[in-house]
Amino acid sequence: MKKIEAIIKPFKLEEVKAALTDAGIDGMTVSEVKGFGRQKGHTEIYRGSEYTVDFLPKIKLEIVLADSMAESVAAAIVKAAKTGKIGDGKIFISHIDEAIRIRTEETDEKAV
Amino acid sequence: MLKSYCRVAFLAAAAAVLLPFGGIAATTSAHMVPAPAEPSVEQRLADVEAYINNKARPVDEKVTSKIAGPGPGHNAWMMTSAALVLFMTLPGLALFYGGLVRKKNVLSVLAQCLGIAGMVTIFWWAGGYSLSFAKGNPFIGGLGWAFLNGVDATPNPDYSPWVSHNIFFIYQMMFAIITPALIIGSVAERMKYSAVMLFVAFWMFLVYFPVAHMLWSSDGFMSGLLNPQAKIPAIDFAGGIVVHLTSGWSALVLCLILGARKGHGREPMPPHNMVLCMCGTGMLWVGWYGFNAGSAIAADGIAANAFVNTTLSAAVGCFGWGFIEYFTKGKPSVLGLCSGAVGGLATITPACGFVTPNAAILIGLIGAAVPYYACNKLKAKFGYDDALDTFGIHAMGGTLGSILVGFFATGKINPNLISDVTRANGLAAQLGNGLWLVQLKAIFICLFISIVGTVIITYLVKMIVGLRLSHEQENQGLDIAEHGEEGYIL
Repeated sequence: MKKIEAIIKPFKLEEVKAALTDAGIDGMTVSEVKGFGRQKGHTEIYRGSEYTVDFLPKIKLEIVLADSMAESVAAAIVKAAKTGKIGDGKIFISHIDEAIRIRTEETDEKAV
Repeated sequence: MLKSYCRVAFLAAAAAVLLPFGGIAATTSAHMVPAPAEPSVEQRLADVEAYINNKARPVDEKVTSKIAGPGPGHNAWMMTSAALVLFMTLPGLALFYGGLVRKKNVLSVLAQCLGIAGMVTIFWWAGGYSLSFAKGNPFIGGLGWAFLNGVDATPNPDYSPWVSHNIFFIYQMMFAIITPALIIGSVAERMKYSAVMLFVAFWMFLVYFPVAHMLWSSDGFMSGLLNPQAKIPAIDFAGGIVVHLTSGWSALVLCLILGARKGHGREPMPPHNMVLCMCGTGMLWVGWYGFNAGSAIAADGIAANAFVNTTLSAAVGCFGWGFIEYFTKGKPSVLGLCSGAVGGLATITPACGFVTPNAAILIGLIGAAVPYYACNKLKAKFGYDDALDTFGIHAMGGTLGSILVGFFATGKINPNLISDVTRANGLAAQLGNGLWLVQLKAIFICLFISIVGTVIITYLVKMIVGLRLSHEQENQGLDIAEHGEEGYIL
């Protein structure tokens, strides 16, 4: 099994979700996160005071799936989330040792 | 149905016919005391004209006026205005300031506004009103009206022939509440609650009541419109000096002695909720109509002009500040637009009832530009931590407006500027002449009182309860440390 973690621009979430559904993914975990890479943050000015806001809001998707699907799903995310501008995000793929569905106690690929 | 209607009509007609006889019977039975004569139609008409024109009632000892008590229209406007001015503090200023502090301190600002509203009301009833407005010496009032003694629904001709004296009391009280509430902006996020309350308590007696008496009472020595013996016949329509100058400069002195917030200049301290701040600004702008137009103490033409000027100056200030930001920084900010509106409002305050609408436009522009400079450049240059810019906006606006009114005040807009009183004290002769110098004198005197008063009070409070919280408490936030509550449990 593999886990795909994708950090994307928040406004791309709906497009990415649609692409994943089309690719046969029927479950995912989404969180609102903050961070920065090369895009860096922005400056806010309140009267005379300037503050640099380093951390920008992003969305993190987590999907656990069968090894065979990982490549095509990653490609689908790239296609849907790309704008070509700095700050589009990143995808990390890692190996998962075990998975358990709590309700039925099924394990591994049956559980995801 | 028709039958019963006829019966009622008949009874009413009969009562109307019999009423004069009842009246005669009553007068004959009380013939021991010579009854006051009936006013003539001319006298009754003169009474009504006085009401419409907001002039003093014609007095004739031999006749009893058929109009008892206050004039309904003027009274209605003053009750509305009093409520509007309270709305400026609760919740207008509380939200304007509350939105600008960090999340952990939002309740401390609300608690200070509420605490001041409660405490000052008690002071005002007990003696504050009397010290400010009752007859006394040129510097402070007497105690003749303490505990509302002799203050009831009957108008007091010293201040208004038609507005109930107790409504005048309540209206002026709202000014006494918002003035110290303005000060807390400069010391937000670090001053002890007990210290804030004690400071305000002393400050009311040492600064506010005397200054209000000097400028606004019938025997104050700088009360140009009301006191024929005023040595310095200055004008302050709605509180450029009494409210904004005193609070703004005191706020600067207090925050200098108090010191900056922990981490000031190193840690980011952005406003936690600009939406609250904007809501508060809108309430301030709306409430300011009561503040400025209400200061005519009548629903008359002077109030109407003040209403127009208030709108124009606020609008120009709001747009002007945004415009300056757009040109210098590229983005007009919501806080900038809010600050400009308040700057324009504070600057027109002393002038709104004395100047033409075109002068109000110019005053609004200056009321945006100079506070903009004070908040953006002056503060950074000197490094004082006027947390929410009470000095930058209110002291600057109030002081500037109080000078500008000296140049622009005209008797065409406000006929009260040319009266027996102003001819006697010299104000009428100074109009369009050297009035700005008279204004400068009044400004320096009140500046002196505010600064010296604040220094004395601050060290006194420091000795009694201490000024600041511990570093730990300041880090934790005043809401939990001082009030045992959190602003947001979501």
